[in-house]
Amino acid sequence: MDKLPRLKDIRPFVSTRNACKLCSPLGASIALKGIEGCVPVIHGSQGCATYIRRYMISHYKEPVDIASSNFSEETTIFGGAENLRVALGNVIGQYKPKAVGVATTCLSETIGEDVELMLNHIKGMTNDEEWPDLFTVSTPSYQGTHMDGFHATILQMVKNYAKDNIKNEKVNVLPNLVSPADIRHLKEIFTDCGLDAIILPDYSDTLDNGAWDKYYRVPKGGTPIKDLKLCGGAKATFEMGEFTKVSAGKNTSGNLSAAAWLEKEHGVAKYQSILPIGVKATDVLFNNIATISSEETPEKYQAQRARLLDSYADGHKYVFGKKAIVYGEEDLVLGICAFLDEIGVEVILAASGANNNLTERLKYHCPSNAETIKVMSDSDFEQINEQAHELKPDFIVGNSKGYYIARELEIPIIRVGFPIHDRLGGQRIKHLAYEGTQELFDRIVNSLIEYKQDNSPIGYKYI
Amino acid sequence: MERLIKERDNQIHTIGSSKHEVACEKKSLAGSVSQRACVFCGSRVVLYPIADALHLIHGPIGCAAYTWDIRGAMSSGPQLHRLSFSTDLREKDVVFGGEPKLKKALTELIEAYKPKAAFVYSTCIVGVIGDDVEAICREVSKEQGIDVIPVMAEGFKGTKKDGYKAACDALSTLVGTDNDYEAPEYSINILGDFNLAGELWILKDYYERIGVNIITCLTGDGRINEIRKAHKASLNVVQCSGSMMHLAKEMKEKYGIPFKKVSYFGIEDMSEALYEVATFFKNEEMLNKARTLVSNEIQELIPALEPYKKKLTGKKAAIYVGGAFKAISLVKALRLLGMETAVVGSQTGNQDDYNLLTKLCDKGTVIVDDSNPNELSEFVKEKGVDLFIGGVKERPIAYKLGLGFCDHNHERKEALAGYEGMLNFAKEVHASVCSPVWQFFNRPSSTNENE
Repeated sequence: MDKLPRLKDIRPFVSTRNACKLCSPLGASIALKGIEGCVPVIHGSQGCATYIRRYMISHYKEPVDIASSNFSEETTIFGGAENLRVALGNVIGQYKPKAVGVATTCLSETIGEDVELMLNHIKGMTNDEEWPDLFTVSTPSYQGTHMDGFHATILQMVKNYAKDNIKNEKVNVLPNLVSPADIRHLKEIFTDCGLDAIILPDYSDTLDNGAWDKYYRVPKGGTPIKDLKLCGGAKATFEMGEFTKVSAGKNTSGNLSAAAWLEKEHGVAKYQSILPIGVKATDVLFNNIATISSEETPEKYQAQRARLLDSYADGHKYVFGKKAIVYGEEDLVLGICAFLDEIGVEVILAASGANNNLTERLKYHCPSNAETIKVMSDSDFEQINEQAHELKPDFIVGNSKGYYIARELEIPIIRVGFPIHDRLGGQRIKHLAYEGTQELFDRIVNSLIEYKQDNSPIGYKYI
Repeated sequence: MERLIKERDNQIHTIGSSKHEVACEKKSLAGSVSQRACVFCGSRVVLYPIADALHLIHGPIGCAAYTWDIRGAMSSGPQLHRLSFSTDLREKDVVFGGEPKLKKALTELIEAYKPKAAFVYSTCIVGVIGDDVEAICREVSKEQGIDVIPVMAEGFKGTKKDGYKAACDALSTLVGTDNDYEAPEYSINILGDFNLAGELWILKDYYERIGVNIITCLTGDGRINEIRKAHKASLNVVQCSGSMMHLAKEMKEKYGIPFKKVSYFGIEDMSEALYEVATFFKNEEMLNKARTLVSNEIQELIPALEPYKKKLTGKKAAIYVGGAFKAISLVKALRLLGMETAVVGSQTGNQDDYNLLTKLCDKGTVIVDDSNPNELSEFVKEKGVDLFIGGVKERPIAYKLGLGFCDHNHERKEALAGYEGMLNFAKEVHASVCSPVWQFFNRPSSTNENE
């Protein structure tokens, strides 16, 4: 097999080689799948919807129905209003959705479609009270990444539904792009802590369902729309992640994140933290929860924390001083790096395809190796690959697309995040809180032990 | 809830009870959740396996990200096709035009990776923002001394099938550019095999055993310099006729090379493919060799299939694949295993394909063009099938309902072509249909809830 050229230093390529990001409508689609009874429609060419479906199906292993307004040449010239009307008619007739979220694309944005106006027209044309809620989110693929589409959708939904601030007993939880298993775990935590959480988005069932005895056109689950209407009167918003501001698309609301918007518009207290991965970050989450619940952290979680610490003691030697490369979405990278930093792993490269300034936040959250950590924003997998060949990490952490780098270097890859296309169970990987951290820690330690064992001349039976 | 979309009625045909033919070759209905992708997809899947070419996607990042290493199209040498290159257009490029970025990207990538040629795919917004991709390609081609071929594949400009045509147009600019090559007697091109899971190598071996030389395969394990010689073949053998027919017809017109439509799935079609070629060359020795090959292979294969056939006889299948020609082969291959096809459809079949399916399948079989998850789930429930054959997007429909599934699309890792492919196919169908896991599923019965 021919070796591909390896460029010694990062050359300032203007092209992107093996993207370490996805386009904005994909993020919107995942978020929309987390709303109860919601069917996403992508306003653009048929391929956008189909490619995104395929990409999500390969990870979640679930039917992912996303409709398309299916632009033709005429649509591109004369506008997509009629196509959108037909698409909505067919989606509503076929799926009986509670809501339809229309995400735009590079094409519809470039030709200047005003989807908001179109939806108002379409709504005005029907007297049917059974019609679902219609809303749109601006997700031009030439701005930002899938995370921008994801956060823009959350913000749009909050703006769409949180119309008043009549106080209630709920709390809002915005967990970021995490796995269905993570969302289930967060639900359990908030319930155990005596808080009634509105999780947005909640695709813990819709993208990770059980076996069916009949076919559900719209899978059960998702954030209940009746709950969404209560967001504005909630006691607090827990927003996980630091890169949640919406600055791409048309609906930026002055660079606010959904939590910041709720705070500004409705006075809902905002508790922002990085993803709760590792002891420190999870402690922050539980402290914030305790502030709102006025109760001590339940015994169950104190025990989980104690067991995690116990395992840190058992495993610390296997990870200390090991060099890791972490890549992916900026908030996942930040969360994972903070965790690796607290267990003694040296992150030598933190890379994201997003064009955000990660450096300062990484240095803040990774005090042990703040000086040496190398950060790449707006990067791609080939840059990461070239760096990996130079830096010689002991393992890499990220989604499955980095597998080829680990394979070339013959080192372990710890699969986290989205997508996991080459393994079963990506949707069930737990990352968050003490329990998720425990799973990650065990996987990392065991991968390093396995690597050493496999490469030892004699093998061994005890660690 | 409406069971199915009324406007699509004429694209669904039940043998024995429908009066109309299957309507096809139409644009997908907005909001129907078609399983098709777009023009870009059609061109990308066809050209993707050319392993020593640079494939640069001009547009925002999505199109390149979703097609990175997307097919299991294997290469015996270079692996350049497995990298995903994009101009990754940003807002300022959309406002001021993407030409400067395209030119820089092409130049740097050609200098770094030294490909034998470059394909530049135009995606949706490229035409809208007015980039002259053809002019940039000509310019860079001149500067770099390699062919830089524009593939006009704006997603909205038709269906996936129009993308096939865009790919064929791109290929035909290469065909016929090496005139020094002298082809051996009995030389053919294989059109429409993509060397998924190394299938081309199986076919190549069969053809070589009967004395046939293959100049190039379009596009499995493809190489630019071999494609240039393709016009020296005496015959084009076309599989996956949906994607390559356009090129086959053009080569017939331009170079007088006749073509034959074949399929390599199942014993019948595989054997027919070898006989067709031997008969074409009117060479008795070749025909005898083909006969010997077929009989040797079958002698081994039939007893090997027997245990699977015993377990599978009487089971019912649904097929939904990209091209209808493959569906036809699959119906026959399933029959060989004692299985009946109750539902069969494709994304891009034409009238001839569907008429043939109507003749081939039994009364009551549903034939469908450009279907969607709702229809497919309804049909498989209605017919009470045990197996679904399709691609990634169909898999969860089957598994959610507790049905066996066989991947017959780009991502398959097992070779399914040829005689050994038939055995793999039987094994895979058996492994899925007869898995004990289904005992825990409450499979929807064939009486459907709308009745």
